[in-house]
Order: sequence, then C-alpha cells, then structure tokens
Amino acid sequence: MSDIGKYRIKQLSIFSENRPSRLGAVAKVLRDGKINILGFSIAEGAGYGVIRVLVDRPEEARDLLTKEGFVVKFTDVLAIQMEDRPGGLFDLTDQMKDINIEYGYGYRSPPYAVLIIRVEDIDKSIEKLIAGGLHLLDNVAFH
Amino acid sequence: MPKDQLDRLQLKLLKILARRVYDSSPFYHERMREAGMTPQDIRTLADVTKLPFMTKKDLRDGYPDKLFMRDRSELIRYHASSGTTGKPTIVGYTRNDVENWSESLARALTSIGLGKEDVIQVSNTYGLFSGGLGFHYAAEKIGAVVVPASTGNTERQLELIRDLEVTAIAATPSYLMYMGEVAEKMGIDIRRDTKLRSGLLGAEPWSDRMRDRIYETMGVRGFNCFGASELSGPMFLECAEQDGIHFWGDLALVEIIDPDSGEPLGPGQKGEMVVTMLQKEAFPMVRYRMGDITSIMEEPCPCGRAHPRLTRIQGRVDDMIIIRGINVFPSQVEHALMQHRELGNEFQIVVDRKDHMDSMLVRVELRPEAFTDDIVELNELREYISSRLKGVLNVSAKVELVQSGTLPRFEGKAKRVVDRREY
Repeated sequence: MSDIGKYRIKQLSIFSENRPSRLGAVAKVLRDGKINILGFSIAEGAGYGVIRVLVDRPEEARDLLTKEGFVVKFTDVLAIQMEDRPGGLFDLTDQMKDINIEYGYGYRSPPYAVLIIRVEDIDKSIEKLIAGGLHLLDNVAFH
Repeated sequence: MPKDQLDRLQLKLLKILARRVYDSSPFYHERMREAGMTPQDIRTLADVTKLPFMTKKDLRDGYPDKLFMRDRSELIRYHASSGTTGKPTIVGYTRNDVENWSESLARALTSIGLGKEDVIQVSNTYGLFSGGLGFHYAAEKIGAVVVPASTGNTERQLELIRDLEVTAIAATPSYLMYMGEVAEKMGIDIRRDTKLRSGLLGAEPWSDRMRDRIYETMGVRGFNCFGASELSGPMFLECAEQDGIHFWGDLALVEIIDPDSGEPLGPGQKGEMVVTMLQKEAFPMVRYRMGDITSIMEEPCPCGRAHPRLTRIQGRVDDMIIIRGINVFPSQVEHALMQHRELGNEFQIVVDRKDHMDSMLVRVELRPEAFTDDIVELNELREYISSRLKGVLNVSAKVELVQSGTLPRFEGKAKRVVDRREY
C-alpha cells in the first residue's frame, strides 16, 4: 500500500494561450535547462490550450518555466507499459474497463510503448491495474 | 421659426426651467445654492453657463429615483439604460415628457418627408431600451402605420417589409446592413422588390461611408438619428439635406464645451455636447454632460430650419463603447469580473465587427492558482463568466482566459478597449 505512490508520475500541465510560438517558448525553456521531454500532448480549450509534458526532471522544469512567466501545475498521471505491436493497446483494455480515464496519450519507447492516463481516483486505479497484472512504470523510470 | 424668435423662446423656457428645478428638485436646488446662484440670475441665454453641470454620475448616485421631482402618481413610464457600474440608470417620464419626446421625433420624421402614407417598421429593441418605443410613438404621431418588429427574426422582418410595403425603417445601421445581406440570400432585392427607401439609423457610431454603402446596396437613404435615454430616447434626426442633426430649440438647449475646462466653445469648435432639456418634468436634465464629442454647425441649414445643427458624433470623452446599440462601460466589465476570485485584475475588451454584427471579446487573466489541468472545469468557468457579463451588460460577450501577466499594464489611465470596427 505504502509504495504505490511511486507509480504517480508527475506531469507538467502548462497553461498556454492560442498565440503563435507558445509551444516554441515552452520547448526553448526546456532545452535551455537541458531537460529531456519523455512524453507530450496539447489539449485544446476554448481560446487557450493546456500543454502536458512528461520530463526527466519535473521540479526543475517547473521552476524554470515559472521563472519565465508560465503558469504550471503538477498533475499526477499513470504510465502503463504496453507491447509495441498490433493489439498492444487492446491487451490492456480489459483490465482498464473499471477505470474512469479523464484523458490519455501514448508514445513509443522501444522496445515498448507507453500509455499515459489521467484517472479519477488514482490510488484505487493503481491497485486495480496492478491486480489486473498490468505493468506500471514507476517514477524512477521517469525521473 | 426665425432664429431671434427661437432665442427668445429658449430664454423664456430656460427661466421657467431654472425656477422649476430650483423650487422642486432638492438635488438641483442644492447644486445652484453651492454655485451661489438663484433663478433670477438667468437674464440672457448666455447665462445658461451659470447653471451647474450634471453628469451620468448624478443619475447613478440618484438610483433609482432620488432625482425625480414628480410624484409617482404623475409618472407614466420608466426606461433604463446601462450605467457605468452594475446598476442601470433609471429615467422616468410624466405624460408631458412622453408627449414631448414623441413630438420631437415626430417632427424629425416629418422633416425627412414621412407622413401618414408611410409604413414605418421599428426594428429597434422594444423594452427598457428607449429606442423601440420612441420610434413607435413618433411614427404613430405622424399617422404612419407602425410595424413594431423589434429585433430578431430577420427573415420574417424582410417578408413584412416586402409584403406590407414598408417605406421606412428605424434600426441600428449595422442591423440594417445585416438585413441587406439576409435579403440577398433570400432572393429579395430591396430596391426592386420593396418600397423601403429611408433608414432612421442611430444608437451606435457609424460613418458617411457606411451611409453610402447602405444606399448603394439597398437604395435606402440613411438618416442619422441622435438620442439618449437620459434625454428621453431617440429625439433628433437629420433633415432631408442629410447634413447635420437638428436639435429642436424649444425642447433642448445645446452647448459645446471644452471637456477639460468646462468653458463654452463657439460654433464650429469641436467639444463635449452639453444638453439642457427645457421642458423635461420628471427629473432635472440641466446642462447634462453627454460625453459625446461634436460641434455646432455655423451655416444655416439649406432646409430653412433655424434649429441648431450638430455634426456627426466624433467620439467620446470617456471610454464608453456602444455595442449593438447598447452602451458598455469598461468599468461595468471590471465590476463583473472582480466578483470572480479565479481572475486577475487585468482585462481587455476587444470589439470587432463581422458581417455587420458587433462582437465583444473580454480577455481576462486567469490567476495562476486557479489554473487546472481540467479543461472541462476551465471551460465551465469561462462560460459562467460569459453568462454573468451578459446579465450585467445586456450584450453577449465572449470570454478568453489568458495567461497571468500577459495583458498590457498601464501606468497612467488604463486603455482597456481595443476597437477594431470599421465604420
């Protein structure tokens, strides 16, 4: 019970207006800080967006971005390892059917692929997913 | 009426007015006392400058009816316009006030040649806004047939214009432009298929260029109308010459002043319009600073009327903006936004016009603490603010949440409004 916290991955959520080169500005701060981006997505609001980024050093990234005037929040997400082949995602879905996913995105990380999800009740979800035999990446793997 | 005769009449009415407000308006009595004057000090027309000014603030502070100098039993109507903060400005009317208002605009309609053979469609909003009922009463007074269409349902409005052989329409210029486009889509050629030839247009800024375009596209001659709910409503119009708005001298005494010093300016000089309603009964409207920038035209009008003529409104002394005919003050927007602790102190109002419809966008900074990864929540906040603004302003506004610290900061007077409209 006590160590399931390690499956909480710190994602940076960055408020971004729909203005040209906002993404470039975020990417530049991370590059200048020599921070590596592991996963990434952009969500469209109405007249603004939320940039969601997984990085190797989240605290540092947050501080650097905040210093540059960005509004940044940490959001805990889960990272599920999946097979990088047809059916890789499908294999997970049966174990995930009781979990309320707010949003998700994926990326390849050879030899595997990774599914990132934001869920409603994170601790309960972790337990269910592990009990279902899924392989969750812990934050050491990330950070 | 020749000029000297009009002057004598104005002086007589001004004396009576000074006496009336001195005797029956505690508010204005106090103002005159502070200014160290009595009604006897009005000996010539130029003495009007001795009377103290009134401003929108006076009306606001008097909310709802503290300025009224007649009993409720003598009032027959209220209208309301948006105030500079959350509260509206309430105006009241005695029977004579409504009568004079109708008379004023009826005269204006007659001056452009409208009469009992005409069918006048009133496509201004009916309700608390004085535009709809003002034209309604005036059109009835000249014996025209009124089509009280109000706003909305544009296709039906156009069918009525065609089928009822409407000859004149009262509307905002942008709504008329919009109607023109809808007509085209419906296959109605206003010039060929309808008898609509005159547009009584006002309640928002517009230009001669827009007037030309309306004429070119629809064959409708646009006449510039002036009014404000404080004065009663729409009251004055250009005559058939289409060159300057005639202010009926027996109803209103108009001055132009330097907005900074308050000193009177001469004919032809541009300044702030100050209006004294000579016959208003329900509440005092004495040397009321309209906030509109204009000038009195020097040359007599070729139509022969001696009533003073004013040029098109050329701007505002304050930051009021007019959106779809509705007055909006940035302070109202500010007031509404400040109720939300999720929002910062900076905001910007962007006004634009697309397809002849004004649109208003309010950009406001989201406080960093209020930012959440949950887009649904942010969108709900945005929509909630938008509906609150609509409630306060009576005009719909889109809201854009922007990053804290990105809106322009001002050291002096904040410039909150970006007006991208082309008139």
